[in-house]
Amino acid sequence: MRNTLGVFSRVRLFIDSRRAIMLPVAIAVLLVLPLIIQSQYILRIMVMIGVYSVLALSLNLVTGYTGQVSLGHAAFYAIGAYTSALLSTKLGLNFFVTAPLAAVFAGICGLMLGLPTLRLTGSYLSITTMGFCEVVRMVLLNWESLTNGPLGIQKIPKPMFFGTPLNLANRGLYYLMLAMVGITAYCIHAIVRSNTGRALTAIRDDELAATMMGVRAMRHKVLAFVVSAFFSGLAGAFYAHMINYIDPNTFTFDTSIVILSIVIMGGMGTMTGPFLGSVLLISFPEILRFMAEYRFVVYGAILVIMMRFRPQGFLGGQQLTSYRLPKHVVRPVSGREN
Amino acid sequence: MSLLTVNNITKRFDGLVAVDDVSIRVDEGEIVSVIGPNGAGKTTFFNMLTGIYPVTTGEIIFDGKALHNLTPQEIVERGMARTFQNLRLFADMRVIENVLLGFHTKVKYGFLDTLLRTPRYRKEERELHTEAIEILRSIGLESKIDSYATNLPYGDQKRLEIARAIATKARLLLLDEPAAGMNPQESEELLQFIQSLKKRGYTIVLIEHDMSVVMKISDRIYVLDHGRLIAEGTPEQIGKNKAVIDAYLGKEEE
Repeated sequence: MRNTLGVFSRVRLFIDSRRAIMLPVAIAVLLVLPLIIQSQYILRIMVMIGVYSVLALSLNLVTGYTGQVSLGHAAFYAIGAYTSALLSTKLGLNFFVTAPLAAVFAGICGLMLGLPTLRLTGSYLSITTMGFCEVVRMVLLNWESLTNGPLGIQKIPKPMFFGTPLNLANRGLYYLMLAMVGITAYCIHAIVRSNTGRALTAIRDDELAATMMGVRAMRHKVLAFVVSAFFSGLAGAFYAHMINYIDPNTFTFDTSIVILSIVIMGGMGTMTGPFLGSVLLISFPEILRFMAEYRFVVYGAILVIMMRFRPQGFLGGQQLTSYRLPKHVVRPVSGREN
Repeated sequence: MSLLTVNNITKRFDGLVAVDDVSIRVDEGEIVSVIGPNGAGKTTFFNMLTGIYPVTTGEIIFDGKALHNLTPQEIVERGMARTFQNLRLFADMRVIENVLLGFHTKVKYGFLDTLLRTPRYRKEERELHTEAIEILRSIGLESKIDSYATNLPYGDQKRLEIARAIATKARLLLLDEPAAGMNPQESEELLQFIQSLKKRGYTIVLIEHDMSVVMKISDRIYVLDHGRLIAEGTPEQIGKNKAVIDAYLGKEEE
């Protein structure tokens, strides 16, 4: 059985079976890296990878784990960005106050969208969320008295940390990004490993059977949606203060598609997939910059090839490692048979 | 004392009467079978018991309380769980996760416990996993906890579905054609397994086509045909019942 496995499954097995070492090593590398890299251009790409990791992790909760395909996640990204930007430019509040507020507001919007729409299934839900994304963009574009319309919001202050502005040069933004990614990954992992997470996956696999086991499907779907919107909003807030300027065109349908592509490419329903997907899909356009607009052709071709040969994504699908039992639970005799 | 009493329930889909004025009684610790030819209304009957369909008229009393027209979740919480005619496992979840899901309504820790991984969360998760392994051991699947449900052989999938139903802490298990698609040896093993469940105190209602299974393990049998109850009694009585033989084999030409 082992020798017939694809290369990706082997990579996956290699990483997963060395989890105890891999995670600290990865964190250590990520902490040290900005001290070595001097180029602000590369640092900016790394920070963007972080932002998209948060977006992909949150969408993954809804799409990968719960099986509800949302094509409108850029909307929550936009809501977070605008909320935080407006609170800080109009009221002069610090990023560390505005960002949580922005995330909470995005979560509330997620609740309001989720309650009526999560009764829909499959492509109906996808179309509705896509519509929501467009509605949000139109509101941002036309509510000029608040959002400044197509001109966007300028001069959004950098996050201030005890009087020091965090930017790329002093690496502050990078470490702030790491903290945000860390918090998101921790929370989503905690949810996934719990009774709630099992219910979400059960809804994905067979909603009726889950219902018959006592899962309140609607409630769980909405919960996943709200948590997802919350973290997408957080990513938006971070993005606004990093770039200092946002306009409605930053948050189009294309952005939703990029987030979804990251989730699919990395591997739906995995914790590592969104990271790999972000690294690939965010760095790719930069690496292929010499190809100018043709890079979108390559980008499309990769997705088509992926869908044909590895639809579960690079790291998705069944895992070869054993199920992780909680500590102190005795594993019965033999492990995996097939 | 009767654990489940169904009084005169009827299910009408527009003009079609799928279940017509059926009454049954299931006592604690019994194995009761509901049999009948294809299209007799057995699964519709189950779907009403488990809350998938509302009943048109009639009442279902479980453990002294009315149960009809409650949601499936409320019914599971009251202590009644089912399996499906066509397997409905969580295919891309592991064997142990399928069983853990059965505990869903009984989990006491909340969302905050989950996020903060409080001692309460850890303790309960430990207990749940230990209990899940215990259930899997009792069903002979303990060596396969890591497998994905979809990779199991058919017979194991059937048993896993029962394990999942047991995990809900149900007192009454509704098994919809558990022996369907099994070879004689597998259905013999299943038979023994169901009997062992009875010994452990479960009450079981069975829909089954395989008459050899039904005759061997049932305490009592109800026979449905065209949505109507046409006979009830012990396996011996049913085996001799003229109406039942007619329903299954067709009437003899006069």
